[in-house]
Amino acid sequence: MTTILLTACSEAGATWQPSAPLANLRARAELLAKLRKFFAEVGVLEVETPLLSTAAVTDAALASFAVHHANGEPCGYLHTSPEFPMKRLLAAGSGAIYQICKVFRDGERGRRHHAEFTLLEWYRPDWNYQQLMDEVAAVVRLALAQPTLPIEKISYRELFRNRLALDPWTVSTAELQTAAQTAGITNAQQLELTHDGWLDLLLTHCLEKHLGQNTLTFIYDYPPSQAALARIRMDAKPVAERFELYLQGIELANGFTELGDAAEQRARFEADLAERQTQHLPLPPIDEHFLAALAAGLPDCAGVALGLDRLLMLAINTTHIDSVLAFPIERA
Amino acid sequence: MAFYSTSEFKGGLKIMLDGDPYNIVENEFVKPGKGQAFNRVRVRNLKTGRTVEKTFKSGDTVEAADVHDTDMQYLYNDGEEWHFMDPESFEQMTANAPAVGDAAKWIKDNDMCRVTLWNGVPLAVDPPNFVVLKVVETDPGLKGDTSGGGGKPATLETGAVVRVPLFVQTDELVKVDTRTGEYVSRVKE
Repeated sequence: MTTILLTACSEAGATWQPSAPLANLRARAELLAKLRKFFAEVGVLEVETPLLSTAAVTDAALASFAVHHANGEPCGYLHTSPEFPMKRLLAAGSGAIYQICKVFRDGERGRRHHAEFTLLEWYRPDWNYQQLMDEVAAVVRLALAQPTLPIEKISYRELFRNRLALDPWTVSTAELQTAAQTAGITNAQQLELTHDGWLDLLLTHCLEKHLGQNTLTFIYDYPPSQAALARIRMDAKPVAERFELYLQGIELANGFTELGDAAEQRARFEADLAERQTQHLPLPPIDEHFLAALAAGLPDCAGVALGLDRLLMLAINTTHIDSVLAFPIERA
Repeated sequence: MAFYSTSEFKGGLKIMLDGDPYNIVENEFVKPGKGQAFNRVRVRNLKTGRTVEKTFKSGDTVEAADVHDTDMQYLYNDGEEWHFMDPESFEQMTANAPAVGDAAKWIKDNDMCRVTLWNGVPLAVDPPNFVVLKVVETDPGLKGDTSGGGGKPATLETGAVVRVPLFVQTDELVKVDTRTGEYVSRVKE
């Protein structure tokens, strides 16, 4: 499917037209209007933060576009999400806030990926991730005009136990590799992956497509090694208070009870940079403004980022992101 | 040696896997919300024709296969190998039986074929989509039957056997679709 579209796009000169039917662009405008109305009604403030930043995300799995001045000198990075500056606003006392903006992730391209895409991100002071999941469900039901769409919540551990008979907290890396081969990933023995990489492989290849069949499926409580910016809850086996939402096998949203501890956040950034060094990836500067805001005091809050292009794809029942984008990169 | 990154993967790209040349049929980029991205590809082995699925870590590189297609004229078979000529440079090349494969039963002298070269050596030969060949042997049809219903086997000058309508006679010319091996029509000389 990707193949056909990209081949068509490579015919230079024939690509001035949008790849999305105009009806889909009207649906996009209606979706944005609906969302803004929703957040106005529940008293969440719309904000704008910079797309271009002097610091960048450190997560080794996210690649920021580096931007240069006209004279060729390095200038900064396009953001991969507005998370850091939005948390600075929260620390400054903004109260509940949301943002609808373009974000950029280098190297991501496929049926459900486009390096430049639209994110809806919002934060709720004094809420935890369980409360936020319910609001995410309300937003998606509204966007899809399906007010009775059922909701299910399954922990990450239950998901792997039920579907693959594995406990991600105790399974060995070798067992994960064997499980991948058993599950039919033919060249699994040739892949070199970390423990979390194997979990990601099983999730994307064996589990995702079954998730959220006509149901809003929330996966929650991730392994601490996949906490990203979530708070870790010190249960007998610690878990990250992080959730993901799936609908029709598509990953739609990622949320956290937000980590507010500046020292722990710095330690995670440094661990990310060490991992980047191992993988010979660029080492962007850590966002010191963000760490200073955490040190000053981030209110207890939960936050979530939701991919609006994918939400629109589900709303109008299409399977390729290009059909909801006016001009994908090949004709941008 | 040339390499492709997974970000360059797309249908039609020729890559080396386990020592064999492959054609990418379909490429899918998958990534969990946070974490490792993968390219799931369906690839066809250009030597065996078999299609398999492979998974790569996004960002990995794969050796490029020096494979390209060229149109060549079939000259003759010397009993062991098939000889082809580039109609522009007049350069000649020979292809062995595994490379010619099924094309052998369709092609005759001077036919233009699509030859797939791997490191400059013929890897596969595709016959023209349609060929016109003489019937060298077939049972005489029932007199007066022109309906064509049922049909009968006919051996063609290249050795191929196709099902033809009952009215087709020995020494007549028939047009055949080489992709399906089916009779298309009778051709007047």
